[in-house]
Amino acid sequence: MSESPSAQNGQTAAGESPQSHGREHAQDAQSQERFETRQEVVIKFAGDSGDGMQLTGGQFTNSTALAGHDLATFPDFPAEIRAPVGTLAGVSGFQINFASRPVYTPGDRCDVLVAMNAAALKANLESLEPGGQLILNRDGFDAKNLRLAGYDENPLEGDGLQGYVRHEMDVTRLTRECLKDYELGTKEKDRCKNMFVLGFLYWMYDRPLEPTLDFLDRKFQKLPEVKAANQAVLHAGYAYGDTTETFSTRYRVPKAELEPGTYRSITGNEATGLGLLAASRKSRLPMFLGSYPITPASDILHQLSGFKRFGVRTFQAEDEIAAISAAIGAAFGGHLAVTTTSGPGMALKGEALGLAMMLELPLVVINIQRAGPSTGMPTKTEQADLMQALYGRNGECPMPVLAIHSPSDAFETAYEACRIAVEHMTPVILLSDGYIANGAEPWRFPSAAAMPSIQPRFADPAKLEKAINEDGQFLPYARDERLVRAWAVPGVPDLEHRIGGLEKQADTGNVSYDPDNHENMVKTRAAKIDRIPVADLEIDLGPEEGDVLILGWGSTYGTCRATVRDLLGEGLAVAHAHLRHIRPFPANLGDLMARFRRVIVPEINDGQLVHLIRDRFLIDAVPFNRIKGTPIRKEELAAAVKALIPAAANA
Amino acid sequence: MSDTSTVQLTAKDFATDQDVRWCPGCGDYSILKQVQSVLPGIGIPRERIAVISGIGCSSRFPYYVNSYGMHSIHGRAPAIVTGLKATRPELSIWVVTGDGDGLSIGGNHLIHLLRRNVNCNLLLFNNQIYGLTKGQYSPTSEAGKVAKSTPLGSVDHPFNPAALALGADASFVARAMDRDPKHLQAMLRRSNDHHGTSFLEIYQNCNIFNDGAFFIFTDKDTKPQHTVFVEQGQPLVFGAQREYALKLDGFKPVPFKHGAEGSLDEAWVHDESDPIKATILARMFDDPRNEGALPRPFGVFFAQTRETYEDALNAQLAAAMNLEGPAHLPTGPGMAFAGGGTGPQKADTADAAPAFLPPELEAELDAELDRTIAGKDTWTVQ
Ligand SMILES: Cc1ncc(C[n+]2csc(CCOP(=O)(O)OP(=O)(O)O)c2C)c(N)n1
Ligand code: SF4
Ligand SMILES: [Mg+2]
Repeated sequence: MSESPSAQNGQTAAGESPQSHGREHAQDAQSQERFETRQEVVIKFAGDSGDGMQLTGGQFTNSTALAGHDLATFPDFPAEIRAPVGTLAGVSGFQINFASRPVYTPGDRCDVLVAMNAAALKANLESLEPGGQLILNRDGFDAKNLRLAGYDENPLEGDGLQGYVRHEMDVTRLTRECLKDYELGTKEKDRCKNMFVLGFLYWMYDRPLEPTLDFLDRKFQKLPEVKAANQAVLHAGYAYGDTTETFSTRYRVPKAELEPGTYRSITGNEATGLGLLAASRKSRLPMFLGSYPITPASDILHQLSGFKRFGVRTFQAEDEIAAISAAIGAAFGGHLAVTTTSGPGMALKGEALGLAMMLELPLVVINIQRAGPSTGMPTKTEQADLMQALYGRNGECPMPVLAIHSPSDAFETAYEACRIAVEHMTPVILLSDGYIANGAEPWRFPSAAAMPSIQPRFADPAKLEKAINEDGQFLPYARDERLVRAWAVPGVPDLEHRIGGLEKQADTGNVSYDPDNHENMVKTRAAKIDRIPVADLEIDLGPEEGDVLILGWGSTYGTCRATVRDLLGEGLAVAHAHLRHIRPFPANLGDLMARFRRVIVPEINDGQLVHLIRDRFLIDAVPFNRIKGTPIRKEELAAAVKALIPAAANA
Repeated sequence: MSDTSTVQLTAKDFATDQDVRWCPGCGDYSILKQVQSVLPGIGIPRERIAVISGIGCSSRFPYYVNSYGMHSIHGRAPAIVTGLKATRPELSIWVVTGDGDGLSIGGNHLIHLLRRNVNCNLLLFNNQIYGLTKGQYSPTSEAGKVAKSTPLGSVDHPFNPAALALGADASFVARAMDRDPKHLQAMLRRSNDHHGTSFLEIYQNCNIFNDGAFFIFTDKDTKPQHTVFVEQGQPLVFGAQREYALKLDGFKPVPFKHGAEGSLDEAWVHDESDPIKATILARMFDDPRNEGALPRPFGVFFAQTRETYEDALNAQLAAAMNLEGPAHLPTGPGMAFAGGGTGPQKADTADAAPAFLPPELEAELDAELDRTIAGKDTWTVQ
């Protein structure tokens, strides 16, 4: 079907040849005048889940990154794969914030809202800035769409949208027209309409089409007609902007002053998987991942299953218990063992986590948190599994807990989790969440060679002097000065030993019910974790002392940082510090907090870290909580911080 | 350094210094003894044997076998073994589980182990009771079982473990009993020889909470009449004088007195490669107290060679890594010590996998790692 005459016609039908769009237009002397400069823009793409909004957003993100802006994204999709078409439940959104200055969040509100149908408008209008731009697909506002969205009258006709700049276009009709000579069904043609909007936005923001054209080349390699159709519609959208008089203004955002280096765009889940892979390579420990599919963690399973060329074994288990159990088996066998899941799966892993802790085997357990409890809101974000990570097991069952704070932080934190697990012979819980997992931002990626080394300590039969008893028997639970035991893997002669979940005698590992031994072992296992050296906490932004410290963990990072940036701009003495290590805490945490009059702890939960802080440091830390399944808005956090500063509150 | 691969071991070498803590008279003792007797003869060095169990009286087993071992959590041993075997296919893995451990809490893992056909030997100690928790009925207890939690008798219908295993597409299904050591040893050897998951159900007497559950099959007075020991290529005969045989009337097993009621030539000749006949054997599950009950079969019901999970997985891996075969997959630095050396060096046992890839391949993978981290679209800020 390749290069069929109809494909040729299609391009003609679009009225332009591919070469006629792109950079040249931006450099066209006449159109120059129509450009307006913006420092920061937030765009939200919203449509039916079948409208391809995630793909559109992803492509726009890529082009934004290549254009040299800093950015952050927030995909927001319904739980149902195919929610009823046209309904509010079926609305899928993708928000991107890009700017000439550092970007920390996807933005509280958007400057531009793309609404592919009535439901998308209804669900998102509230987040559009007053005076913001609306790009509307008029075809998505027919009687049926209006009824499904619950509009009594057509919002395009009333004066409800008066405060906004409206760009109305018949995207569906224009797309069909552009494709009238293509040998595709109407359904397939309609599937191209997101490309029309994307082309239009590329025109509006002066972007080249090539990266997306290349992407379509790759994606539809085997479907030349579909590829040509998508490309034609992308061109048509661009041309529509160019030729329609209505749209007179285009925008340019200056390049951001990012730190020098080479960047790529990355999502949190992708970076997490790469961090694990790097740890496996660096330690020379082959990786084993046991996992059971669950939103929003599955993508890591998908990604790692594509890393067979690195010797990565992935096991899609029959449930989460099997997933972690198999990982424990692999750890016993001397491999870098990982299991990935989300809250409900984490609940199932509880007993096996206790086993891993008792066995003192390295294991990395990743919880990509989602809104709970129970099944909760699978596609929405939350930070409510912190207490579960710290305490959600029977018995005294300590283990290190680390939290990723952004997509670009995920690589390093995942790597660090592996390093601690392997060097300290312990299961480690690594927390991420749906917002980090699916959000994207530019990442100045490191070279693997620059990562710190990971040094497992394996039991060496030739050096056993210290680790054998008088009968020459190997002592699997003999510890070094860090209280870490050696890793002894099946296959090595003379190290035969038995381990298990029953309480064990120090050193020998033999079953023991001795009361003093038990207390001693409980304390030893806790001390082993609490002695793990972790980097001191540093002020992320703001003065070293002052009125208010925002102490965050996990995905609130961007909101905290952006809030402090704004408040510093207002001359307030506020600062932000963000915890990567939650167990053990950085040794200087208490001192650092003491340098501020108040400490506020924003969390997307009903207050968890704040309790730890209050309990541990006996300070009146202030909780700030939102539990809406979405990131915290900086304007709300800013107000709460100001309320803690009498001078600012009265102003 | 003892090199166990060349020294001839004995059962004693597989005993540990731990006191065996089963109740005196428990059937577990016999099973332990038979396992310890069989292990020295299977040609696998001690350090390459791993015994993995769940929780239960039976699951204490690893503590008493001097090899690598793990006493894990209730029901999960099959899953642990799947991860261990996937990463360390050269190990000889013995899974020890009970009727509660393997069929109740761990039933899900068991069926998935069987369908995946992970190469290991699974010993299901069936005592038709929960021993460790002091005598509740189990999923193999007969309906009506009066036990601690069922004062009026249980109302659950029991599992038929062999039929369950066949239903899960087990590649090897066999049955033995604690009180027939010779046969049990033979079954253990057969389990070991089979490449794939060997499901061996062992009738085990719990003399404390379910004494005599299998006496009708194990007592020398009743055993001949109530059991039939199947052997490849041999007719199914039983009885004190081996005077009875079984024949198949369609799919229905029919006992007859050979000589008197028909020729032995008419008897059903055992063929362990036949899944249909294996199912019929598994279904010979009558309550032996009933009039006209068919004898209970023992022996290897079914044995079929089918690709194992770890072989398939590791073949994929080796191909993706452009290695000659799975045997070239690296085992990691832990196995660098397998040769008894002091540094990270290659294991020197001939059939062991290397700890590391050849240096040029390691370097190539490091470069590929950097390419993978960078991805397809990058941009540079000066
Ligand atoms: C998660 C969990 N639930 C319950 C138990 C208690 N428990 C231990 S062993 C067992 C049943 C053991 O029965 P079986 O597997 O038949 O082993 P046996 O003791 O008869 O050899 C139970 C219920 C446990 N250890 N863990
Ligand atoms: S309770 Fe039963 S199964 Fe457990 S050790 Fe005692 S006799 Fe054996
Ligand atoms: Mg039992």
